[in-house]
Amino acid sequence: MTYQGRFRVWRGDDAGGALEDFTVEVNEGEVVLDIIHRLQATQAPDLAVRWNCKAGKCGSCSAEINGRPRLLCMTRMSIFEESETITVTPMRTFPIIRDLVTDVSFNYTKAREVPSFAPPADLAPGEYRMQQVDVERSQEFRKCIECFLCQNTCHVVRDHEENKEAFAGPRFLMRVAELEMHPLDTADRVDQAQDEHGLGYCNITKCCSEVCPEHIHITDNALIPMKERVADRKYDPIVWLGNKLFKRS
Amino acid sequence: MPELERHSFDVLVIGAGGAGLRAAIEAREHGLRTAVLCKSLFGKAHTVMAEGGIAAAMGNANESDNWQVHFRDTMRGGKFLNNWRMAELHAQEAPQRVWELETYGALFDRTKDGRISQRNFGGHEYPRLAHVGDRTGLELIRTLQQKIVSLQQDDFKELGDYEARLRVFQEFTVTELAKDGDRIAGAFGYWRESGRFVLFEAPAVILATGGIGKSFKVTSNSWEYTGDGHALALRAGASLINMEFIQFHPTGMVWPPSVKGILVTESVRGDGGVLRNSDGKRFMFDYIPEVFKDKYADNEEEADRWYTDQAGNRRPPELLPRDEVARAINSEVKAGRGSPHGGVFLDVSTRLPAEEIRRRLPSMHHQFKELADVDITAQPMEVGPTCHYVMGGVEVDPDTGSSSVPGLFAAGEVSGGMHGSNRLGGNSLSDLLVFGRRAGAGAAEYVRAMGERPVVPEDTVTEARATALRPFQREGGENPYTLHMELQQAMNDLVGIIRRAGEMEEALRRLEKLKQRAGSLTVEGHQQFNPGWHLALDLRNMLLVSECVAKAALLRTESRGGHTRDDHPSMEAEWRRKLLVCTVAGDVVSVEEKPQIPIRRDLLDLFDRTELEKYLTAEELS
Repeated sequence: MTYQGRFRVWRGDDAGGALEDFTVEVNEGEVVLDIIHRLQATQAPDLAVRWNCKAGKCGSCSAEINGRPRLLCMTRMSIFEESETITVTPMRTFPIIRDLVTDVSFNYTKAREVPSFAPPADLAPGEYRMQQVDVERSQEFRKCIECFLCQNTCHVVRDHEENKEAFAGPRFLMRVAELEMHPLDTADRVDQAQDEHGLGYCNITKCCSEVCPEHIHITDNALIPMKERVADRKYDPIVWLGNKLFKRS
Repeated sequence: MPELERHSFDVLVIGAGGAGLRAAIEAREHGLRTAVLCKSLFGKAHTVMAEGGIAAAMGNANESDNWQVHFRDTMRGGKFLNNWRMAELHAQEAPQRVWELETYGALFDRTKDGRISQRNFGGHEYPRLAHVGDRTGLELIRTLQQKIVSLQQDDFKELGDYEARLRVFQEFTVTELAKDGDRIAGAFGYWRESGRFVLFEAPAVILATGGIGKSFKVTSNSWEYTGDGHALALRAGASLINMEFIQFHPTGMVWPPSVKGILVTESVRGDGGVLRNSDGKRFMFDYIPEVFKDKYADNEEEADRWYTDQAGNRRPPELLPRDEVARAINSEVKAGRGSPHGGVFLDVSTRLPAEEIRRRLPSMHHQFKELADVDITAQPMEVGPTCHYVMGGVEVDPDTGSSSVPGLFAAGEVSGGMHGSNRLGGNSLSDLLVFGRRAGAGAAEYVRAMGERPVVPEDTVTEARATALRPFQREGGENPYTLHMELQQAMNDLVGIIRRAGEMEEALRRLEKLKQRAGSLTVEGHQQFNPGWHLALDLRNMLLVSECVAKAALLRTESRGGHTRDDHPSMEAEWRRKLLVCTVAGDVVSVEEKPQIPIRRDLLDLFDRTELEKYLTAEELS
């Protein structure tokens, strides 16, 4: 079951770097993160990688394996041929810090720009009543482990640095949708989604949903419904007229 | 030497899990300038791993539940060694802390009438755990993270700066606490990313660093759990209690090897899952201890009826407290009745419809499918004990979280006393919230009442910097990875789930040698995001804390909760009255006995006398 696997791992920092070749032991049942750890312990003690839970729950070990955005801890070696050379590179959309570690502060900046949950003023703690069926929509989005693979893969910002300012990315547009669908949130988030967070940039290619390790239907359940709500408000002739007459816009 | 980065705050919170974030929210809401320092990215703390739920006697699922019942369950789970005041505060305040999370935006699973749903768990008399499927820890951490962001947004509106009163320093490790005389004055550490050193000046420090599981080979804990807070407290002059009590969670994954130890939530059993040995027998019926005989069913029929009729039946023995279940699994495997990969079978596939399993246990379904090629809706899981939680920690004042060092506070897993000798499932998340909040308030009150602000002595910085850089000064010394593996093996084999005097003495000899070798650790490369260096610094803490565990475990000549002695198998009422207190001078750990404070009369009166007779001495009962 044990064999010598061939790996190419990107090493370097913000000044530049290159793929480095390694031959390393692979055992039955292992995941790519196990191999990276073995490299650290035996061949490259200063190889930088971010990780934490090693169970697909914290979303720290995001990287690209053979060009595909994945969690290192949830990518089993058994999906590759023993003869295959496996290439591990850092997420491309974020600035490199070192080796496989990138600067993901873009995401924390965007998180701050989404106005927080606005609780109802007339309910004290303990008085909240919600039906399971109503919380389930937002609960799906709250499964997000913030691995930022969707942010990394989204073509609006991947290789388009200039869009980062105006575009919150799938993760945080989904956060807006989550709050909009929260049964007790009192804020109106529809216009914000379009005007402040760049929902209009999304052209629903579903790349984000494809790479989500939690299998959240980001596009179908969060982004498209938000786009529909925006469309209802912006392009409904009666709403349009109302806005004109009462100067709501 | 580059110039030292300096910051000044009122309160430093070390750790950004549930306890740290709740403490930071409280300190900030008291108007104090607060910093959170954490080793990982913000929102990645080990709390995300908690699966089952938050224990709080809200009485949503069974109206008979109240804080007194929760208090009783907690004391029983901890075999009465608990700090009773902490157990009391915890049981009383947990419901408020859960409801408060809803005002921060948390979305728990609901009952039919729209309230927070509560599920069964080991050792809890009624369904008590507020939950979100089996990802409750993620909901807790995300909710607190988002509350912090919301406070930062308020500060931005008012002051034009998100970080005016509450700032998170992520991927930052604290290596030393600073003191001015006998008071806390700040903390010293480094940015993991750049390796640059930083000094924080602050009169109050709240430790919320979690546990010590990374000293053991088979563990459910992440790399962060290196006992940093325990060691920082010791070196600052505070004391640790109950360090001999380590919880081995009964159900960790056992296969494949690379995921050995990863947690399988107790909810599997709470929702109907059963444990079987290789003969297909539900073996837990053979392991009901005397003290629990009247609470647990002794036959399958009654146990199965309990899921639908809790008033008329006793609980299934799969839901005994974790220490009991872990020992039972250990015995079955030893007796040759284990599963192919050295565990036992945990089966929910024959107990619930597939659809229901996917709905109630989505993460477990996902985890087994992706990591072990096992479909838990069709096959049993293979599980075995894994090092999960340390009951021991910093000795604190229950009401304020204050340690014996002025200005030093602790909350959550790094504090000791609340759970006695064994923690009940679900009592951890509630502990984080109740005592995180209390430590935040305690620190705020301390800062408000203090006179002159402390000053960090300059030689603290010089020494801390030299200590941190030492692994770069040598060549050809010890490899930190090798040393870490040897430490894990020693603790796992010699101070593990079943303990013997001879083995623990051997462990102490090995620890002594490891300590000497750690003096010559060598690290390659430079200070920028260097995992070898990070491990070398964490090892110092792991070694110190492991010594506390082994020394205390050797001294306690009885078996109780998370401390099982093969050579002293019974529980001794005399030992219940004693705490083992660890302190350090230089790098020498000493452990001393200290009497427990007697349980308050009105709390004792919550129990039947016959039950108390199982735990207390005749003298205490008179």
